[in-house]
Amino acid sequence: MRWISAADPVALKLGLRIGMAASKAQAMVADLLMVDASPAEDAAALERLALWALRQYSPVVAVDGADGLVIDTEGADHLHGGEALLVSGLVNMLRGRGLTARAAVADTWGAAHALARLLAAETTVVPVDNVTKAVIDLPIVALRLPTETVQGLRVLGIDTVGQLSAMPRAPLTLRFGPEPGRRLDQMFGRVAEPIEPIRTPELVEVAKNFAEPIGAPETIAKYVRRLVAQLSARLAEDGLGARRCDLFIHRVDNTRQHLRAGLAKPVRDPARLSKLLCDRIETIDPGFGIEKLVLVAVFAEPLEERQVASSLIEEEVADITPLVDILGNRGHRLFRVAPVASDVPERSIRRIAATAPDIGEAWAVKWPRPTRLFANPERIEVIALLPDQPPAVFTWRGKRRRVVCADGPERIFGEWWHRPREFQAVRDYFVVEDELGERYWVYRAGDGIDPETGSHLWFVHGVFG
Amino acid sequence: MANHALNPVLAELRERIEQLEGGSQRARQVLPFGVAEVDRALPGGGLAFGALHEVAGGGGGTVDGAAAALFVAGIAARSRGKVLWCMTRPDLFFPAVAQAGLHPDRVVFCESDREEEALSAMEEGLSFGGLAAVVGELVRLPMTASRRLQLAAEKTGAMGIVLRRWRRQNEASDYGQPTASTTRWRISTLPSERLPVAGVGRARWLAELMRVKAGECAEFEIGAPDGKGRIDLLPTARDGADQTARWRSLAG
Repeated sequence: MRWISAADPVALKLGLRIGMAASKAQAMVADLLMVDASPAEDAAALERLALWALRQYSPVVAVDGADGLVIDTEGADHLHGGEALLVSGLVNMLRGRGLTARAAVADTWGAAHALARLLAAETTVVPVDNVTKAVIDLPIVALRLPTETVQGLRVLGIDTVGQLSAMPRAPLTLRFGPEPGRRLDQMFGRVAEPIEPIRTPELVEVAKNFAEPIGAPETIAKYVRRLVAQLSARLAEDGLGARRCDLFIHRVDNTRQHLRAGLAKPVRDPARLSKLLCDRIETIDPGFGIEKLVLVAVFAEPLEERQVASSLIEEEVADITPLVDILGNRGHRLFRVAPVASDVPERSIRRIAATAPDIGEAWAVKWPRPTRLFANPERIEVIALLPDQPPAVFTWRGKRRRVVCADGPERIFGEWWHRPREFQAVRDYFVVEDELGERYWVYRAGDGIDPETGSHLWFVHGVFG
Repeated sequence: MANHALNPVLAELRERIEQLEGGSQRARQVLPFGVAEVDRALPGGGLAFGALHEVAGGGGGTVDGAAAALFVAGIAARSRGKVLWCMTRPDLFFPAVAQAGLHPDRVVFCESDREEEALSAMEEGLSFGGLAAVVGELVRLPMTASRRLQLAAEKTGAMGIVLRRWRRQNEASDYGQPTASTTRWRISTLPSERLPVAGVGRARWLAELMRVKAGECAEFEIGAPDGKGRIDLLPTARDGADQTARWRSLAG
């Protein structure tokens, strides 16, 4: 007997369902294309995805069942702009790779598991301490229980998580064993459910157990340095450099914290790695003591020693990658800017990575450009002669300014190859100076004659120095 | 001021005080402006490396700090090495800065969410060493913070420049509060050079050296940095006749 284990949207539309017999499906739809399911390949693909998420998102990622991933986003979400942006970004990223995904963020593994699988929404974010409200109406299949238990509970008339949790615990355990109670407690966060992060043999990992729990920051720093030294030695053996390092802190009360250090370029210099990790030791809460430290290089790249030609004449420009790493790990956004060949001012600039190779070129434009450019041009009231005279007077932020001298217009055409709406758009830019010598970059949307080219409203776009 | 610099007795005294202040300190390096009048007003003949400097705008520039940013860019352009530019409001339009001679490859921006984070990034940059200058756009600069920045700069010899810009124009009175910075500047715009034809001439600024350690305050009328970051002194600065007209126009 063969069964359907997965179906694409077109098949679902035709009335095929997962769990349907293959022969019935073939009877319903002629010329049905069927591919043999391969659980082993699926599992391998899921593991690859988990490793990718491990590098990209959080130090704690594991495969959840046969069809999901579980990610501990604690301490990792702010790097992606918050939980909502993290999950929507993740879902979009997967869609870009041709995968359909649903994601949920909740306080516990159990709740997130259930919500991601049972809600129709693509992304769900449950606020902290709101798990009970979110899961109370979910069916009991959400509880990761064996099928027989679920059927047994249904026979008793229990359909939702809320009904099950209202049952007295003793008869329930007598009838179905400890499993339903344990799963309920895990879902509501009453018992801990640690996530064991995925590991592969290639990952370089060093650990240190303590006979006596440690807690002082200096002691932690001392052992972090020792672990980093061991890790660097292991990386050097393999000719690798670390790009992401995770430090796991196991406390005596069986809870775990983690610190992640990201690097812009592969590194195995112990001093740099330990500075990055020791920099944030104050964020560790040792509680009653730490019994184990584990350091893993989750993402390593080949790093070879290279001889650098040195010049005795030229002044050496220091490599700032260590500084970029330190600041980047503290949550600052580091970037450089590079020119883009576009006349539209806001498009003439793009951000590149701080450690990207030198571009070498600067902006070719020789016209004066304002030092500050407003993200949103601000409306001004203007008295000006049409079609191509600069304003004589303008009112900006409630203050009337008389224009003493002006330069312009500098006509900038819309870029229809970016947006079809800009096909006829025109902006006429003027440099205007008021009586105090303060100079502004103002523009008129439109060429002053043809209403097709713009609204003929005036805006301030920037301030000159 | 010029006399002070030339007086041998004072010069000797100054040297002895410097020895007392920091015996192990390496010889102070300076970045001259290349304008004799300005350099004479600064001890050592230029803006000191390994020190903290404060720059703010005047008038509308207290909020946008456009002229001050360009002045700082001119200074950074004439230094050698990378520049770290810390800020919380990313509205600097780099093509303008590039026109003052600062190449985009030399500047690494560091955008933070809060002021304190920008301060900590500045301090980290100053104590990193190997950077030519660290620029920070800040609203508040308490004494303690400025002291930390000054000490970090002294240790590595990088130049720290705090670009003060406020949320509202009337908050700029904060600029009178004492800080540990070595020099303090205010850059306000002046009406630009009148051209014989219609159009806007080269930008002109009033650069007030409001405070300088071991020196006296001064003010200069300067032309905005050229393509290599060099400022120059305007011919009108010598007689001060233009000043009253300027103040009258500011008051009215």
